[in-house]
Amino acid sequence: MNIIVVGLSHKTASVDIREKVAFSPNSIEKPLRELVALEGIVEGVIVSTCNRVEIYATTRDIAGGIARIRRFMAEYHHLAHDLLEPHLYSFHGEEAIRHVFRVASSLDSMVVGEPQILGQIKTSYGYAAEYKSSGIILNRFLHKAFSVAKRVRTETRIASSAVSVSFAAVELARKIFGNLTDKTVLLIGAGEMCELAARHFLTNGAKGVMVTNRTFERAQKLAEEFNGEAIPFEELFLHLHKADIVLTSTGAPHAIITPPDLEEVIKRRRMRPMFLIDIAVPRDIDPAVNEMDAVYLYDMDDLQQVVAANLEGRMQEADKAEAIIAEEIIQFYKWVGTLEVTPTIVALRNRFDDLRRAELDRTLAGWKDAPADAEKRLEALTSAFMNKLLHQPTMVLKKAGQGNRNDLYLDALRALFDLELGTTETDDSLELEE
Amino acid sequence: MTEISFYLTVALYGAATLLYLSCLVRATPCQAITARRVLVIGFLAHCLAVIHRFIAAGHLPITNMHESLSFFALSIVGIYLYFETRYKVSTLGSFVVPFALLIISGAGLLPTTIKPLNPALQSAWIYSHTILAFGAYAFFTISCAVAVLFLIQSHFLKKKNLGNLFLKLPSLDILDEIGYRCLAFGFPMLTVAIITGAIWASRAWGSYWSWDPKESWSLITWFIYAALLHGRLTTGWRGKRAAILTVIGFLIMLFTFIGVNLWLPGLHSYT
Repeated sequence: MNIIVVGLSHKTASVDIREKVAFSPNSIEKPLRELVALEGIVEGVIVSTCNRVEIYATTRDIAGGIARIRRFMAEYHHLAHDLLEPHLYSFHGEEAIRHVFRVASSLDSMVVGEPQILGQIKTSYGYAAEYKSSGIILNRFLHKAFSVAKRVRTETRIASSAVSVSFAAVELARKIFGNLTDKTVLLIGAGEMCELAARHFLTNGAKGVMVTNRTFERAQKLAEEFNGEAIPFEELFLHLHKADIVLTSTGAPHAIITPPDLEEVIKRRRMRPMFLIDIAVPRDIDPAVNEMDAVYLYDMDDLQQVVAANLEGRMQEADKAEAIIAEEIIQFYKWVGTLEVTPTIVALRNRFDDLRRAELDRTLAGWKDAPADAEKRLEALTSAFMNKLLHQPTMVLKKAGQGNRNDLYLDALRALFDLELGTTETDDSLELEE
Repeated sequence: MTEISFYLTVALYGAATLLYLSCLVRATPCQAITARRVLVIGFLAHCLAVIHRFIAAGHLPITNMHESLSFFALSIVGIYLYFETRYKVSTLGSFVVPFALLIISGAGLLPTTIKPLNPALQSAWIYSHTILAFGAYAFFTISCAVAVLFLIQSHFLKKKNLGNLFLKLPSLDILDEIGYRCLAFGFPMLTVAIITGAIWASRAWGSYWSWDPKESWSLITWFIYAALLHGRLTTGWRGKRAAILTVIGFLIMLFTFIGVNLWLPGLHSYT
């Protein structure tokens, strides 16, 4: 049995292609059923996110299986085969396993380390399990992929640093305030960046938002949106001390907050720290305030540098993650190997045993004056003979199953003894043995 | 037996130090659970050593420098373990535990002979006076470590230098809170230790206060921490300068505790 992967992602297809082949989660049952009904395809899982559409399947016939799934992806969405073909990639064997492990670990994501992809694959797998399109191999395979992703997450810092300016601001705030639950955010001016950051602070637990703007109506509108409090711009310094986190992005031509302004504010705050984020260009806050005790000022450049450094850090962590994945592939491959070998061994034994039994019956049937214990003795003799004969090949096969070159032995055996293997459904016992 | 558990303690503190430090420098996330376990076992071995010595000597084992340093290390580790459990700040251990190791190693180098307690000092006051003093010392040690961490972290934030160490250190807020708690516990303990010491002195030596070097330096220490606590309670004083004064207070406390005994002979000299 072989694992194959067919799909496309943000790396191979633009969004106008990706949206055409996306599978809606609301009607995922139909494609899953059609997928496993394809000739030679035993199990199947469909992963469909905004950045990738991929099908994981198991098949005996690698080339045929891949070709049929490639065609299926186009035909299911009523697309011309030629349109999709250049964007599709496909993997089998070790490459397929590596690919899925990398995707689950978010190494193949647009933003390396982003946390959503793992959840998306889990959901996709959930559908496949629900509609029984995945079987023991994909079950085991995807659970392994989840545990690999978890290992990557805990053992590397791939996802620990913020890679957007507004998240970087939230993380910095956490390093200053610990948790943000009783913290108040003040927005001075409006602007997309500012609002986005404020929203991040709120979703990360900040208590409330105050908004001020030169046009009071705009402040009111924005405050309403955040369920916060609007403050007239002239009263800024009457309220500034209540804010722990200040976001500024006004169009003012010169600084609106200077060190002397903050002296008083800090006193009123009993010297509790303040985190000022100045997104405006030209800047709204005099950079000199960063020299004041208890004031931490970051401007747009600072935040962007943090993000750049974090991204670079993620790339370094990605190398560690690749090493973890390589390690896990070897382990998983061992299991896949034994999965292939065991049915062959069983088939081989069955074949020998059938022959033995047939010959035994024939001998006994033609033996008129056989002593009473003849059957027992012959049974013992032939069994012992068969077991001795099969012992060495069995050992060699089991050993080969742990490595990667078992195909040679298996093909030879199947040809030499004309073995027919059961389908994976009969392999359930293997799962229990594990 | 006392010896065995003492050296076992030194070894375990040594191992914990290495583990805490390796956690600090390693690039991968690290919970320092092993380090903590080793430290807890070391702490238990240390308790055993102290109790054993208590039984052997018949009085609280803090009458010579070896015993005092050992007891000091015990208090530091005990209080540190409390803060680590309460605030989940294992990075603090990377600073506190090596210090505890240094102190107990110092104790190991000093003569360990048990001497009978001066009859004048045999009194129940020994417990309240010394245990409170050591408790205060240990709290101030932690507060100093926290202040150093605060200064480092604040420096990183100001200079926008957000490296590996920055990510591992706790937030300013947690550091501030631990520091304040240390002060809030340590200062009253020091105050009561000085008062009970005065009462004990009047019983043992006939005078409440005799400007013995230890007494004078304790008073200086007391004033520094009083200033810190006063500033905190009245104007909410905290941040960089408060942290620097905390470090200075600790250095003076260390001199009160160790330096005075080594260089300024007086009534508190016990050797």
